Amino acid sequence: MNAPFSKLMRKEGVSRRDVVVVSATLVGGSLMVGCSPADLMSAGSKVDVGAFGPFIRFDPDGAVTVLSKHIEFGQGNHAGLAALVAEELDADWARVKVMHAPANAKLYANGGMGVQLTGGSSAISNSWEQLRKAGAGARAMFVQAAAAKWNVPAGEITVKDSLVSHAGGKSAPFAALIADAAKIAPPETPVLKDPKTFTLIGTDRVRRKDSLIKSNGTARYTQDVQLPDMLVAVVAHAPRFGGKVKSFNADDAKKVAGVVEVYQIPTGVAVVADTTYAARMGREALKVEWDLDKAENRDSKTIAAQWRDIAAGRGPSDLKWEAFDSKGDAAAAAGGKDAFETTYDFPYLAHATMEPMNCVAQVDGNRVKLTHGSQSPTLDQLAAAKIVGTLPGSVEVETLYAGGSFGRRANFQSDYVAECVHIAKKVGGNRPVKLVWTREDDMQAGYFRPMVHHAVRVTLDKDGYPATWRHRIVSQSIMKGSPMPSKGPDQTAIEGASGSPYLKATPVVDAQLALPEAGVPVLWWRSVGATHTAFVMEHTIDQLARKAGKDPVEYRRALYVKAGPEAARHLAVLNLAVEKAGPTSTPGWTRGVAVHESFGSVVAQVAEVKLVDGHPRVGRVVTAIDCGVAVSPDQIAAQMEGGTCYGLSAALYGEVTLTGGAVDQSNFDTYRVLRMNEAPTVETHILPSANPPSGVGEPGTPVIGPAVANALLAISKTPTTRLPLVSAGA
Amino acid sequence: MTATLDINGRTVTVKADPETPLLWVLRDELGLTGTKFGCGMAQCGACTVHVNGDPVRSCVTPIATLNGAKIATIESLGGTHPLQKAWVAHDVPQCGYCQSGQIMSAAALLAQTKSPSDEDIDNAMSGNICRCGTYQRIRAAIKDAAGLASAPLVNAPAATTAANEIDAEIAAASGSTGRGANP
Repeated sequence: MNAPFSKLMRKEGVSRRDVVVVSATLVGGSLMVGCSPADLMSAGSKVDVGAFGPFIRFDPDGAVTVLSKHIEFGQGNHAGLAALVAEELDADWARVKVMHAPANAKLYANGGMGVQLTGGSSAISNSWEQLRKAGAGARAMFVQAAAAKWNVPAGEITVKDSLVSHAGGKSAPFAALIADAAKIAPPETPVLKDPKTFTLIGTDRVRRKDSLIKSNGTARYTQDVQLPDMLVAVVAHAPRFGGKVKSFNADDAKKVAGVVEVYQIPTGVAVVADTTYAARMGREALKVEWDLDKAENRDSKTIAAQWRDIAAGRGPSDLKWEAFDSKGDAAAAAGGKDAFETTYDFPYLAHATMEPMNCVAQVDGNRVKLTHGSQSPTLDQLAAAKIVGTLPGSVEVETLYAGGSFGRRANFQSDYVAECVHIAKKVGGNRPVKLVWTREDDMQAGYFRPMVHHAVRVTLDKDGYPATWRHRIVSQSIMKGSPMPSKGPDQTAIEGASGSPYLKATPVVDAQLALPEAGVPVLWWRSVGATHTAFVMEHTIDQLARKAGKDPVEYRRALYVKAGPEAARHLAVLNLAVEKAGPTSTPGWTRGVAVHESFGSVVAQVAEVKLVDGHPRVGRVVTAIDCGVAVSPDQIAAQMEGGTCYGLSAALYGEVTLTGGAVDQSNFDTYRVLRMNEAPTVETHILPSANPPSGVGEPGTPVIGPAVANALLAISKTPTTRLPLVSAGA
Repeated sequence: MTATLDINGRTVTVKADPETPLLWVLRDELGLTGTKFGCGMAQCGACTVHVNGDPVRSCVTPIATLNGAKIATIESLGGTHPLQKAWVAHDVPQCGYCQSGQIMSAAALLAQTKSPSDEDIDNAMSGNICRCGTYQRIRAAIKDAAGLASAPLVNAPAATTAANEIDAEIAAASGSTGRGANP
């Protein structure tokens, strides 16, 4: 999931005009003179919009289908999105279904981004008014239809659980009024409910719609697609990033029963077969010679050492530093003998979704059909259109469930989607091709959370609070080279340090970012910049509190007050978490606290930790979140539970390393992840709020790492300076 | 080459090399796609099926080893198994991709251990990875299905959702997979 689009649009003023330029770059400028981006991306698209608009359809029996512009890959957004419609429509929740919308940026763009993309924990927040208006508009059409039919004033009609009623005794279910309602013009400005009158939003009735089909094996993922005449493809990739095919010999591969053809494509050599197993056997028999002259050939240790050199001022002279959140006299922030000083190293991380990357594509002349778990239909359309030489709208996308993403399935190159389209273009004739990546392909193909280094130097005032704060961040840039370059420092590298209440509370700040390059593809990874900034800020604060001889919770409270009104939510969630955790920890366990804001929500956690055989074990985790109006409280709890596991997995074990440019990890035996016997028990408490909803899918991830490190600091007095906490194989 | 297998109580004959892992025969030959591919080396458990009642990773089980064995996949549970009801009641799944394997591991556990302890659950379930991190709800759902009291989740309505509501939900969806994006 990713913040960048919305953040750029909001914070840095990337205009819609920029998006046009971007689009022009991608598909060839002459196509869209005078077109808006949405026009461009939907050109050629054939989407039927019914009488009730692009988001709502009725079955003849009155059942409601909500079309979701956002993919469901675990976040529970389909439940919340459907609830927004059902609440205003006054539909019977038990008879509301959800399906993925087709690709059409004009109808289904993410409100904060201008493109159809799920990310930045924004599904509910960007749909909050849009879908409620859609529901309210449809409701008004039913009310008008009933009023006309019964010859009564519309104001005397009520709707409840899909039943339209008049005080005089007449009533009719939606099913009986659909035809009449469809003829009514939708209201231009639908009237929304007062949130105080909500009967569905915010209740425990907002439950997932897909739990059963995800418990009986019938939910359909890309991996499960079977189409007549379909071929399965696997691809031999270069052993190092940036490698190219020099030559290949497919003689033995073609002898494998079931192998149909072998093609060279830009990313390697594709073996196409009747079955997955045959394709894999064919690839094993394939001989490829690689040109690795321009490939990344360094060890990750070498890259990490370079990052440290840069932070220490020993980097190349032409490397640019960009300031953020800086104020006061930078020379004063240079510190002195008494300054607190530390550094942090963060490794590359793989997303390691349960379902490895895959895609089904069909190419028929200048038309393309994609069937897969598309996180950004718009980006996928642009990538496919460029390969085939067609309009993006001629690329049809059927979005399926995806077995996790955590950011991986949306990138500016649409990497594996493009790979599949290249193969399907070679095959041609509209014949479906399913590209299957093995776990090893998935683990080694990159698009990792960047390797990041932080260097922090802080001096304290006479009361023990930060007087000066010097901060250096060194990272590969996620946004560099993207079609939406950042104006100002790359937000994806600094968010969370930038905007931190601790920097707001410090009179002198000298914070800077450097973005050196490396040949490793990098990408947003659940909670993006916060994956490292939350750790740095929260673990630093605990160390400063100790240096000042103060309690870490009291220290934070004082800093939030100093930071001003914007930190009031931090104070509130911290107080809630501490209160719910109770005065004493579970006997034998030690507590660590952390608080962080991301995607508009603030999360505080109190984590109980103990050492078992020298390794950290996490038990009870009390979580408090302020995410605005809670649309689906149970799914918010689910995301806090899952986000905590995802963040804890990375903090304990997550690490991708390179030797000579080749990725050392290949499967779950070498890329360790959290398992059942290591899972914490997460309690979730939601701060009541009347603010519009903010993010939930990502904010639960970045807080657990520093909470655990802070507990370990209390246990062992040893600060953490690198992640993961437990090295591979330990 | 052909092989005869006993899958979900049916005898089926498939054309496949004897070394082919059961997983690919189930998915590509028989269309039983509820069993998932996750790692290919028995690390993640997404491909778990039962062979003579024991949980087995089908991605590393060649069909040559299955002569006369009784194989059961997620499809054999029918959607009304107590674990599946508990999974729905607790809204366990997130992305859902690992859950067939989780449920098959849990079903084997409950078949052999009626009242599993936390340690039993850890031992039976630690071979199944869930990257969404649904472990806490999996544990609660297993205990629920076993008739053991589990601590209620703070915001989870599961404990208060009437059993007949869950049954109605299952009935509404049975025979149809059209509840999500996938008709």
